[in-house]
Formats: sequence, structure tokens, C-alpha cells
Amino acid sequence: MHAIETRGLRKVYTVPPPKKRRGPPPIPGTIGGPPRGGPPGDVVALDSLDLDINQGEFFGMIGPNGAGKTTTIGILTTRVRPTAGKATVAGFDVCDNEVDVRRRIGVVPQRPNPDRSLDAMENLVFHAAYFGISRKVASARATQLLEKLEIGSKARAKVDEMSGGQQQRLMIARALIHEPQILFLDEPTVGLDPSARQSLWAILRDLHKQGRTIIMTTHYMDEADQLSDRIALIDRGKLLALDTPKALKARTPDGSLETFFMTLAGHGID
Amino acid sequence: MNAEYHPVSPARVFGALLLRDAHVTRRELPFFLIRTLMQPLMFIIVFGLLLPKMGFLDARYKATLLPGILGVSLTLSAIQSVALPMVQDFGWTNEIEDRLLAPIPIPLIAIEKIVVGSLQGLIAGLVVLPVSRLIMGPIPGFTLAYAGETVLMALLGSATFSAIGLFMGTAIRPQQIGFMFSLIIAPMLMFGCAYYPWRGLDVFPVMKYAVLINPLVYVAEGLRGVLTPSVPHMNLLVVIAVLTGMLVVIGWLGMRSFVKRAIK
Repeated sequence: MHAIETRGLRKVYTVPPPKKRRGPPPIPGTIGGPPRGGPPGDVVALDSLDLDINQGEFFGMIGPNGAGKTTTIGILTTRVRPTAGKATVAGFDVCDNEVDVRRRIGVVPQRPNPDRSLDAMENLVFHAAYFGISRKVASARATQLLEKLEIGSKARAKVDEMSGGQQQRLMIARALIHEPQILFLDEPTVGLDPSARQSLWAILRDLHKQGRTIIMTTHYMDEADQLSDRIALIDRGKLLALDTPKALKARTPDGSLETFFMTLAGHGID
Repeated sequence: MNAEYHPVSPARVFGALLLRDAHVTRRELPFFLIRTLMQPLMFIIVFGLLLPKMGFLDARYKATLLPGILGVSLTLSAIQSVALPMVQDFGWTNEIEDRLLAPIPIPLIAIEKIVVGSLQGLIAGLVVLPVSRLIMGPIPGFTLAYAGETVLMALLGSATFSAIGLFMGTAIRPQQIGFMFSLIIAPMLMFGCAYYPWRGLDVFPVMKYAVLINPLVYVAEGLRGVLTPSVPHMNLLVVIAVLTGMLVVIGWLGMRSFVKRAIK
């Protein structure tokens, strides 16, 4: 059994009619922007995506903004409902067995979203409680995780007193506190300085070695190259290529993932 | 660290969500009380103490005012303690995410919010009642003989207004919540029969029937029926039936709106 399977996964966002829209004009080709196919007013964020991700695999997803990476993560983590197709996580359907899916996953969001009414330690202990873990066990685990992520001194800090990088580490700790089988990371290093990025890579390598299945989206080619067992190149909601970093790079004369992506997509990653 | 699976029942997750909210409420209790009780207490001082003492209002008015003020306190605290966090939770910080990732059906998270709002409404009532009695002095016909019925009325009222808070906090855009509060809450308080009995509106029949859409009317009248039964009030069975119906309908609408915000 694969850790994750998707078949014909499709997501179409319906955009409200222009009369009702307010605020700045939408950017073409993005969610909320003008359509690029399909009925008028709709945006196809994901178009018939088929993926098989193995257990224990570090799976990278690369693509530009609006490629459909976050929508894919959203569907797999039960937070976005697919328009069509099927997806299973740890053998459970994301629509029919969403609670079973959530029991087995940890999620690091694109932008840190800690519970701002709680301090760092409480964020971890309460999140663990939602998964049935006792306060005693959760506190011990939380202390260990905060130390490992080098934010042990911030255990009693209010979230607002933590920097963006520290909050991102707190999100990683939160995703791990209930020891999930499968870990999702949505562009986890955006906004991190080079040293924080390197230290996050080390943590992710460590988690991978422990046998955890990791799905990470990024638009940094080097990040996907260094960490992933396999990489999926996604653009405009479609899977362009899927292989090991080595095999993908071997398909271009200069051995660069960036060149390979530009050849396939006809544009750069950003 | 070994990957493992924690079997956990929805009831236990629900309990953990309640504990989280109880923890936050306890920490913010003084702010919560000031935010929700300032207005009712000012009303008590002016209409329950000063005006009767000045001779502008009959002392018997206190018996009408006390249950109404209690209803207003429940209303404000229940509605605000659900609507305002919802705006923040689903706003730019999207901080409800950790609860939406909990292994529990999403509608139960919405129900938990209604439960917490109801308890906060009850706490507000428990503070306002003795304080009001203290400020107003003796209140003709006031009784605590129907304590159980009083708690039932207060709980039903708080739950209905928590459901309204859930709906407002999830269906209204954050930028408009202040505007909507002014537009809805002020008329609801003034036309909720909190400061006068419903039967008093006999003098204005159109309004007497128009206000029946307002849930505060039933909360205030119900509390009159159990705290100051000698004051004219609606039939308690009617009050209970209407409030239960409103709770079910508005609760369902609030839950639907919550799920719509939670799942894209």
C-alpha cells in the first residue's frame, strides 16, 4: 500500500462574478484570478493529478506560484475538498474518512499559524491533547522537540514575541508532537535565513531517516534536489514530470533541475 | 521517535478543545468581564439605582429591569465570546488551523464553540445577578425559588446567542464585523423587551408582534417568569419551545457557515 495515492485529482475554484468582487484586481492565472480554461468564472487549480507516494519516501513537489502545490497539500490534509477524483492517505479516503486521515498526519503550513492565545509550550501540549496524548507525555515531548529545534528558551514565550523563523520551527514541533506517520510541509523554508534553512534541512533528513513519509512543496530547486527521493514537477495544476532528482537532471545537457523545468513549462519557477 | 497511531475518541478530542478554551477564558477573565458587563452594569446604576432614587422611576420597575439586564448580559457575553474569536481564528492569522487538524468531525468543533459561548454567558449571568441585586437594593417580588429553571433559561438563552455569534463570526467578513455589530446588536438590545415587559407593548401592537423575531425577547421574558414571576411575562413553555427552535435553526446555520469557512 502506498502512503498516498491520488487518481484524477481535480480542484476548480469558483470565482464570484466580477460585480460582487471588491479590492485590488486579481492576478491572471492565480486563485481568484481570471480563468485560464474551463467555464467562465472558474479557476482550475488542479487538473487530473495522479500520484503514488511510497511509505518512508521523501517526496518533493516543485512548481511556481499557483501551480497547484498548496491545493494538493490542502486536499491531502483534508482542508480542501476536491472537485473530482480520489485521494487516499495511509489508506483512508480524504473525503470519506477525514478523521482517520487527520489522526495520522502532521502539517507544517506555508505561513506560521500558531494559536496566538497560547504560549509556545501550550501550543504543543494542547495540540497533543487533541490527539489524545496526556499532558505529562506531551510536556516531555514538547520540551525535547523545542530543544532539538533550538527554541527551547522560547518555551514560555508568547507567540508574538517569537521571530518568523522561530514560529516556523514551532510549527514543525506542532506537526511532530503527536508523532504522525506522514508529514506535510508546504514551502517550509520561505522567509527563513540561510542558517535556519540549513538547520531545518538537517531536522528533515533526521525525520526521513526515522522512516517517516515526508511530502514537501518548495520552489527552491536546490532544496528539492538535496532532500527528496523523488520530485514531482507541477505547473498549472498538471504533473509535468516525476522521477528521482538524479534522473530528472540527467535529462538536460547542463544537469540542472531549473533548466529541465523551464524546458518543460516554457517559463521559470518564480 | 517512532511513527505511531493514537486511537482517540471524538469525545476526548471535544474535551481537549473545551479545556483549551477554558484555559484561555480563565486567563482573560477580567477582560472578558469588563468587555461584556460594563454596559449592563451602567444601565443598572442609572435605571436601577439613580432614577428610582430620584423619583423618576417607580421602585417596582426594578423587578422588570433585573431579569432584562441579566438577559442583556448573557446575550452580549455569549455572542461576543464566540463571534470575536471566530473573526480572529479565520482571519489573516488563520490560527484555528491546529484545531481544524484535530481528529474530530469539523461540525463538532463548531458545536464546541457554542458550548463554550454558553458557559461564558452563564458566567456573566452569575456575576451580574448578585451585583445587580447589591446595587439596586431590595427588588419587589424577586425570588430564587426557581433556581433550576433560571439556569435552564440562562443556558438556553446563552446557547442561542452563542449560535448567533458563531453565524456572525463565520458568515460576516472581518472588515464588516464592527459595522454589523452596531447594526444588529443595538436594535436587538433596545427592542428585546429587556427594559420593559413584552406585554407593555400592547400600546404599540405592530411593534409587539415585530419584536417576536428577536430571541432576546424570549430570554428576558423567560427570566422574568422565573426570577420575578409577579411581573407580567410570557408563558414559560412558549419561551422554552421558541428558544429551543431558534437554537436548532441558528445553530445549524452557524455550523454550516463554520464548515464552509473551514473546508475550502
